[in-house]
Amino acid sequence: MRLEACNIGYRYEQGPWVLRGVNLDLNSGEVVGLAGPSGYGKTTLGRILAGYGQPAEGGVRLDGEPLPQTGYCPVQLIFQHPESAVNPRWRMRDILREGGSPGAEVCGELGLRPEWLGRWPNELSGGELQRFCVARALTAQTRFLIADEMTTMLDAVTQAQIWQAVLKFSRRHELGILVISHDQNLLKRLCTRVVDLVELNRGSCS
Amino acid sequence: MNGSQFDMAAERPGRPLTGGICQPGFHRRHRMAGMVLLSALLLAGIVAGGILLGDSRVATHLDIRNAAPSLEYPFGTDWLGRDMLARTLKGLTLSLAIGLITATASVGIALVLGLMAATLGKTVDSCISWLIDLFLSLPHLVTIILISFSLGGGVKGVIVGVALTHWPSLARIIRAEILQLRSAEFVLTSRKLGRSRWWVATRHMLPHLVPQLYVGFVLLFPHAILHEAGVTFLGFGLSPQQPAIGIILSEAMRYLSAGIWWLAFFPGLSLLIMVRAFDVLGDNLRRLIDPHSAHE
Repeated sequence: MRLEACNIGYRYEQGPWVLRGVNLDLNSGEVVGLAGPSGYGKTTLGRILAGYGQPAEGGVRLDGEPLPQTGYCPVQLIFQHPESAVNPRWRMRDILREGGSPGAEVCGELGLRPEWLGRWPNELSGGELQRFCVARALTAQTRFLIADEMTTMLDAVTQAQIWQAVLKFSRRHELGILVISHDQNLLKRLCTRVVDLVELNRGSCS
Repeated sequence: MNGSQFDMAAERPGRPLTGGICQPGFHRRHRMAGMVLLSALLLAGIVAGGILLGDSRVATHLDIRNAAPSLEYPFGTDWLGRDMLARTLKGLTLSLAIGLITATASVGIALVLGLMAATLGKTVDSCISWLIDLFLSLPHLVTIILISFSLGGGVKGVIVGVALTHWPSLARIIRAEILQLRSAEFVLTSRKLGRSRWWVATRHMLPHLVPQLYVGFVLLFPHAILHEAGVTFLGFGLSPQQPAIGIILSEAMRYLSAGIWWLAFFPGLSLLIMVRAFDVLGDNLRRLIDPHSAHE
């Protein structure tokens, strides 16, 4: 499968263009890094790619078709802050299974502990919560993963564990990953290629 | 996936970190449950007393009028020889019933208008917000007197008056809560995980609204009772033959200067205790339900 951003333009109301003429494509099984300084629209592009926001110009194509508006979205987005991505009134067991059941294999590789399943989100740390958010998105129906600063707030050991699990899942299921990060070393280590948003975003005045 | 460590059956219950940290917390939750039970019993006792006490206790006995509090008449008797304890209990029961109806109606109005404001677009939103501001800018008591007076007073006038004035603050809270929830990341994510709008509304949004409604109800209840008593005290509410707390208090005013203090003291104190019991009930119940205080 192939996820394409075609000539994406985005701006708030009638403000200046944040993104303009951005083209990006991502194939199944490919790990691509997206770098760029703060405030250049990396997160905005990630949200558009996962269908969380609508671009003012252009569109996102999945194998030539627009992203589905209802039903399970094959492009899943992981947020930087897991605390707001889980319902504080749900137990972890229900949060984990919201989109279907993630495999036991990937849960094990992410280091999820069975005794966490009965807890409330405020009884887990940020790193523990983020593992749940990653596991929740890694069901068999997911074809592409947009990892927006997915491990930025975690310590090095947890970061390594989560990425190893995600990369293993990617090899098993031909998952395409877009890694959005400031960390050049992380991008170099994980990605088959790294694109710079400053170069992609030629049409923008910024 | 079956037979894996992530099956429900394989889960072990959460292991407490240390006995020392968890032990007092359990006690506090027990205490909260105890307070809830105690308040509920007190309120149930008032209602049972008000219903079960016969009319003979509030009949006129001119031979025992203006009796000071004694063992036989703990709250004393009034200038017609009526037992003040029985009158107080009957008055509180009527107040409870009025409070229940008005608080329920107010919460209903608040929910419908809050939902409409948050979901039906900008025009509806500004109309409802304007209505909320209008009602909030008028003193409750003045509006209640106006509505109650135009409906001819009585139970109907008081109920409609109180119900129509107490919804705005809760409607505003509900509107804000829904607007916030609609853009919450876990709600957006749920849609991308293939869940329908209806599913998201009932499973994600409703559990956040129910405590708001519930706390709103509990906060409205004593407010409604106090306003009912207030408007009746001023003479625009219930008619004098009804055993309402407001009536009792306004009649007692005439006898205070004659040294008959118990006519106002005990009914007023009972009203205060009942309102407080409701506050305690609501607050403890909310903390027992809310996951944020689950570890207390």
